[in-house]
Amino acid sequence: MESALVVDRLQFAFTVTYHYLFPQLTMGLAPLIVIFKILAIWKKDERLNQAARFWAKIFAINFLIGVITGIPMEFQFGTNWAKFSRYSGGVIATALAMEGVFAFFLESSFLGLFLFGEKKLGQKLHLLAAFMVFAGSWISGFFIIVTDAWMQHPVGYSIAADGSAHLQSFWSLLFNEWALWQYLHNMCGALITGSFVVAAVGAFYVLSRRQEEYGRVFLKLGITAAVIASLVQLFPTGDRQGKLVTDYQPTTLAAMEGLFVTSSGAPIVLVGQPNVDEQKLDNPIMVPRVLSVLTYRHWEATVKGLNDFPRDTWPDNIPLLYYCYHIMVGLGTIFILIMAASAFFLYRKTLFNKRWMLWILMLSFPFPYIANTAGWITAEVGRQPWLVYGLLRTEHGFSPMVSSGNGLFTLLGFMGMYMVLGMMFLFLIWREISHGPEFLAARNDQNLESAEAKAKEQQQ
Amino acid sequence: MTTLWFMLVALMLTAYVVLDGFDLGAGIIHTLIAKNEAERRLVIRCIGPVWDGNEVWLLASGGALYFAFPILYASSFSGFYLPLIMVLWLLMLRGIGVELRSHVDDPLWRSFCDFVFSGSSLLLAIFFGAAIGNVVRGVPLNADGYFFEALWTNFRVGPNPGILDWYTILTGVVALAALTTHGSLYVAAKTEGELNQRARRIGTISGWAILLLTVLSLFATVWVRPAVLDNFRNHVWGFIFPVIVATGLTGILYFNAKGREWAAFFSSTAYLVGMLAGAAFGLYPNLLSASTNPSFSLNITNSASGDYGLKIGLIWWSIGILMAIAYFVYLYRLFAGKATLDELDGY
Repeated sequence: MESALVVDRLQFAFTVTYHYLFPQLTMGLAPLIVIFKILAIWKKDERLNQAARFWAKIFAINFLIGVITGIPMEFQFGTNWAKFSRYSGGVIATALAMEGVFAFFLESSFLGLFLFGEKKLGQKLHLLAAFMVFAGSWISGFFIIVTDAWMQHPVGYSIAADGSAHLQSFWSLLFNEWALWQYLHNMCGALITGSFVVAAVGAFYVLSRRQEEYGRVFLKLGITAAVIASLVQLFPTGDRQGKLVTDYQPTTLAAMEGLFVTSSGAPIVLVGQPNVDEQKLDNPIMVPRVLSVLTYRHWEATVKGLNDFPRDTWPDNIPLLYYCYHIMVGLGTIFILIMAASAFFLYRKTLFNKRWMLWILMLSFPFPYIANTAGWITAEVGRQPWLVYGLLRTEHGFSPMVSSGNGLFTLLGFMGMYMVLGMMFLFLIWREISHGPEFLAARNDQNLESAEAKAKEQQQ
Repeated sequence: MTTLWFMLVALMLTAYVVLDGFDLGAGIIHTLIAKNEAERRLVIRCIGPVWDGNEVWLLASGGALYFAFPILYASSFSGFYLPLIMVLWLLMLRGIGVELRSHVDDPLWRSFCDFVFSGSSLLLAIFFGAAIGNVVRGVPLNADGYFFEALWTNFRVGPNPGILDWYTILTGVVALAALTTHGSLYVAAKTEGELNQRARRIGTISGWAILLLTVLSLFATVWVRPAVLDNFRNHVWGFIFPVIVATGLTGILYFNAKGREWAAFFSSTAYLVGMLAGAAFGLYPNLLSASTNPSFSLNITNSASGDYGLKIGLIWWSIGILMAIAYFVYLYRLFAGKATLDELDGY
């Protein structure tokens, strides 16, 4: 049975990591499309409308892959984690079921209207449809975060006679302190992905000297959104999230920071490799006292190291947790630098001639994906060895009757399926980007002309 | 409270079958009735703006089931592990087939998408039918309330059944015929000309097929699980469901012959509702019966969620579903009428 646990964990980790590559762009791009639409109506600029349509095309492909890789997530709670479902269904299924009725219906209904109803709806209602899709995707994110936050920091429950958790307070579940900060932190992360992608495509057009007009529009909005999101990502959301980990998951904090021994005036580690066997960091480069300040706002504060916690409550993959956390924070810092510099050049109106800066912007788009993924791995590996922090251990949560052979069969199936999806996605997105907004505009004009010609013929 | 949630979850699942049922049906007949590119685009256009919303009823039902009966959710999803994951793969393929078809203007790409769309719709219909068959027949639950079914064992409905045995294959074929009819009638109602004619012809053939198969499956069900009759014996009003089924069947054949497309489609809706409601009525209060020992069966009492959660759920669920219905009414009205090919918009 031991290996069934490993297969179940691998399958969930694989499907959820892959899945989240898409929603982060969906949630990050949706508000930007709304802004394009608002600007288009406000400034009566057809080009901005064309920009919105171009991004809607990319949004549609991305949304589809997000939806179809998302369906398995809800089902896997039951298929692979039956004992966990039994234990926690009385609480978290409230959030998951609410996601279904409040977010999925909204998103799916208005996505159809947004993509295919522009002519039928007119500009203002079309903007409303775009807004509803944005709202739907952000509400969806909220309920998923509520679910995860309960697993990180369970509140508002009671344990029933059969040992399972039952909901005791609806509002404490929804307004879990952990959920609120995690939500803001996560949505900011999604915005970073969305705005970096918009800016990167803009840089690509300007650098390749085609459709430059659109390229500049993309750069302006992308950089403006990215600089705000990157700053808010660090402070206050990242800072508050860190404080919650300090308060409620001190073991996780110690492992994340690579702090094996309790110390006062604890240093922050910039680089180093955790050596779990000898319980020390190899090749460390540290800044003294900073960790104490960040966690307890005091130079001399004592931060508990792993040695103060029983070994069986340590996260079971300390190096992975440590690296992912450092990758997330390191990239987050780089994002601020890149976008602050770009915003400065944009303000000075010299950005479009600074090809080296545009190259950096164009090549930077994969990194927000990496940072978001690393952040989620930090959260979920950091929660180990618990499935529900302090209540249910991971090894007590998986399906008792599903053998590792059956689990591996479906894991391999998912891998094959997702590889095909990934190739299709890249192919289709590449086509859209290489066509660009001008191509869409030209096709629209052609259609208009042919439609008018047809109408004339019919009149005659 | 638990009875109410039993009805609400059943209602949502029924809404899923009725709504996504015609998407699947349209998929099944897609390559049969649409001979050229324009016709194929038109068939997809019939369901294009709505299929995604329809599929959401499945997700929302799954969520509601997990919420109201977490113990049932844990048992059934892990017990039906393999077919469920295969259904997920098929749903993915269906989504790709419908949605990505229009993105590349190339005959090979479009043929590929048509094939994926049709094939996955066909298999999904059979899988869903077999799933209902499994629930009606019962599964080998153990004392902890868990089970695991292989895809097939010896194709008999004995104590160690597989997902597929002769009975569940039969219910799978019933579902295939029913959804083919449902989808044909929908496509007929949404199209004109030759496409409409061909869809109606398939509707007629599969309409007669479901008449035959329904009678057959009725006898088979009573033979496999005589206990389904208990509720009908004790509560005579339950016979309303078979009456709805019979009326629906008659309506399908009569209105389709008359060319009254929407009346025929709503008859087929009545048929589906009658079948599913009848099955739910026969099963109540059991959710999943044990073929091993009747005391292991999961029912609405021993697998329900806490009372507080269920009560508060009633409030948010009602608000959410009313909003969802409002979106659907708006969406369907906006895209009402015969589907046309419109160069300006997608698909």
